[in-house]
Amino acid sequence: MVKKLNKVDAVIVGSGWAGGIVAAELTKAGHKVVILERGKDKKHEDFNGTKDELRYSQRYDLMQNLHKETITSRGDLSETALPVRNNVNARLGENTGGAGVHWNGWTFRWLPYDFEIYSKTVERYGKGKIPKDSTMQDWGVTYDEMEPYFDKFEKTAGISGEENPLGPPRSDKYPNPPLKTTPAINLFQKASTELGYHPYRMPGATVSQTYQNPDGETINGCVYCAFCEEYGCNFGAKADPIGTVLATAKKTGNMELRNGANVTRVSHNGKRATGVIYVDTSTGQEYEQPADIVVLAGFVFSNTKLLLLSKIGTPYNPQTGKGIIGKNFTGHFSNLSTYIGARGFFEDKKYNLYMGTGSLGSTLDDFAGDNEDHTNLNYLHGFEIHFSQLGARPISNNQVPVGTPTWGKEFKKNSLHYTNRNLFITSQTAFLPNKFSYLDLDPTYKDALGNPLLRVTVKYLEDDINRSKAGVARCEEIMNKMGADIVDVDKVADDLQFDHKFYTDHFIGGVIMGASPANSAVNTYSQMWDMENLFVVGGSSFPHTGNYNPTGTIGAFAYRAAEGMNKYLSEGGLLTQQVQVKNA
Amino acid sequence: MTDKHTDDDKQTKDDKTYDPSRRRFLKNTGMVAGGVVGGSFLGGLLTNKFTQKNETATKSGMEHATDFQEALQFFTRREDFAVLQAATEQIFPKDENGPGAIELGVPYYIDKQLAGQWGVNARDYRQGPFVPKTKPSERAEEKRGEQSILDRGSIFLLGLRVMNQESGKRFNTSFDKATEAQQGEILQDLQDGKIKMNGLLSSEFFFLLHRSTLEGAYCDPLYGGNKNMDGWRMKEFPGAQASYMGVIDSEDFVKMDPVSLENYQGH
Repeated sequence: MVKKLNKVDAVIVGSGWAGGIVAAELTKAGHKVVILERGKDKKHEDFNGTKDELRYSQRYDLMQNLHKETITSRGDLSETALPVRNNVNARLGENTGGAGVHWNGWTFRWLPYDFEIYSKTVERYGKGKIPKDSTMQDWGVTYDEMEPYFDKFEKTAGISGEENPLGPPRSDKYPNPPLKTTPAINLFQKASTELGYHPYRMPGATVSQTYQNPDGETINGCVYCAFCEEYGCNFGAKADPIGTVLATAKKTGNMELRNGANVTRVSHNGKRATGVIYVDTSTGQEYEQPADIVVLAGFVFSNTKLLLLSKIGTPYNPQTGKGIIGKNFTGHFSNLSTYIGARGFFEDKKYNLYMGTGSLGSTLDDFAGDNEDHTNLNYLHGFEIHFSQLGARPISNNQVPVGTPTWGKEFKKNSLHYTNRNLFITSQTAFLPNKFSYLDLDPTYKDALGNPLLRVTVKYLEDDINRSKAGVARCEEIMNKMGADIVDVDKVADDLQFDHKFYTDHFIGGVIMGASPANSAVNTYSQMWDMENLFVVGGSSFPHTGNYNPTGTIGAFAYRAAEGMNKYLSEGGLLTQQVQVKNA
Repeated sequence: MTDKHTDDDKQTKDDKTYDPSRRRFLKNTGMVAGGVVGGSFLGGLLTNKFTQKNETATKSGMEHATDFQEALQFFTRREDFAVLQAATEQIFPKDENGPGAIELGVPYYIDKQLAGQWGVNARDYRQGPFVPKTKPSERAEEKRGEQSILDRGSIFLLGLRVMNQESGKRFNTSFDKATEAQQGEILQDLQDGKIKMNGLLSSEFFFLLHRSTLEGAYCDPLYGGNKNMDGWRMKEFPGAQASYMGVIDSEDFVKMDPVSLENYQGH
């Protein structure tokens, strides 16, 4: 028997950045909100004494426990998908604060080109430049319209940074100055500048000085202790949902957060969402939480799966190209879009690589988005190139020059020798959507509650491989200029295929936005076209993956969505007009 | 490859005995938080100053307390454990830089891990159908992560026994008694997926063996590996330091004595 609970103004699924921002904005406006989080209760106290590489970086203590639920993966429509069984291959967020707890804090504004990618590409290069099989589209909103929301998120999270010399216009500077610098970062910046590029310090949420955000929440100054990625911050010095937006929502007295609440369906009557059904993971009891508006703010996989299980919207069909739910799955893939580049080994200089912080680094935009003229290039969009000093921990950092065995005497000697003598430059490349890469329900494998797992299909196109090759070549150029004695460059094969790793956590799409229901599931306020009191917020709404980490842009769109929800709760109706679109 | 270790990089060999009071003293003086440039200064000063105290601590029974943990939780046959010891030492051998896997406690570390949630794949998706891999491939996209129905404990038992059988077949002796070169040959064939195992590729077993060996060498000593933090000393990794605020922008390499979680969490 499903127990029916008392109705609230809004029920939010997921307590990460997207859910937390929506909760803060709705509760500040006086609305009663319940957040349902399937993971554990976490507070900053849980991260005291957290500096344990084995527990957090090798055993993935803060990541989604795949025992209960995972995804299946395949590289082509003709293959049988297999489950991703181990966190080694899927590092997804879970628990209060979601992946916003264990991120590195890199906070970018995606580009004006991203939001109008189809129109701007056709305008500059003509329709012939759009790759065959591409499903790229405009997002239905412009950078100028998004600018105030970017600014708002940066101020909530205390982003520390400096002006990007090639960046789009800003209404204000970053709320905090950049973090300190290191000899390795200086070397990267010097070499890049000498090559004529425009490096600037990584904008980030490991905050450079103690800061109070506009909601009155305090984020401490970072002490560079080097345990950020995969860890909760020991010092409250990394902006996360727990210390900012969830704290803000809690203070209003209008928010209740329930942990161990695993949502399985959106309840609806075909026209309106009436609430959600969830299972209490301690007792197995099913509850219905009725609400005036329902907000799905889980990860890409959860949002898409919930719509498919609830039979809301038309599932995307890769054979016919019809349908929308699950369409345009994209991301930063380990062997294509990030974690590849050029590694330099230096004989005469040791760097303090064990020190660092999540957002410590430098990046450059000379090849980002459409900053380069792509007329004579064999790909669209581009890449940012960065060097970062996150803090190299000993189990995971045993880099040796190519040709060294991976174990034994020579391995040990070289891995010790080069521990503080190797630097890595990465290009993070965009990934454009194609008609073969999408999400649907797996026909075979089930989760712990008996629901189908979500199935992921990813295919790389020639365009993606060409972009990746170009990025790696620039990394090599800069590393050579930095004067490394040995430079090892990752190879990108012509026939490179998806490696079934879901390691970056930068996965995008499935419930995409646009200016018309003809090519999108939600409008630019993350409101479902087909069900106007249902909002689906987060990276699931982005029609492609740009060349930066997504969180800054997810934060901006969550603020926009929350503004729309507050308006909807007082006035009702669709928040944007449908328009005819060119590439529907 | 030339090895250009400077004097500053050399290990302080007589600086192995763990003594929390020494670390706390350092913290209180502010030397760690503020950072000290130049390893020989820090290492030399403190080693000399506290050698006497370390010896006293040893005599008073600290070493015996450590030894209580060196018994088997998972393995039941000494011969399996002997193969594990020999294999991990081949992967991470004792050399002029410092101790190898056995001295660092790696085999006992792995035994403890296999007895716990990692050994039974407690965090992994474990529903079928299972489609184990049947042929080794260098192509990343064909690797697809772990797909075996066997849990890691079973994989280790299977793998270590296959290594022993292989050694018997090829060299007429058990793996742990084979020569270094013979052990190396079997390990290489395991890594290359050339040795037949039921239910998974030998390269998959080798991946777990290799990874857990490095874990045991460099994990916090609370897990039974990285004994006396000597793995970290070789690696010049200072462990659970509270802050690098004062030294993050230093031009020179900064060498610090490591701090364990027992110490870091215990105040």
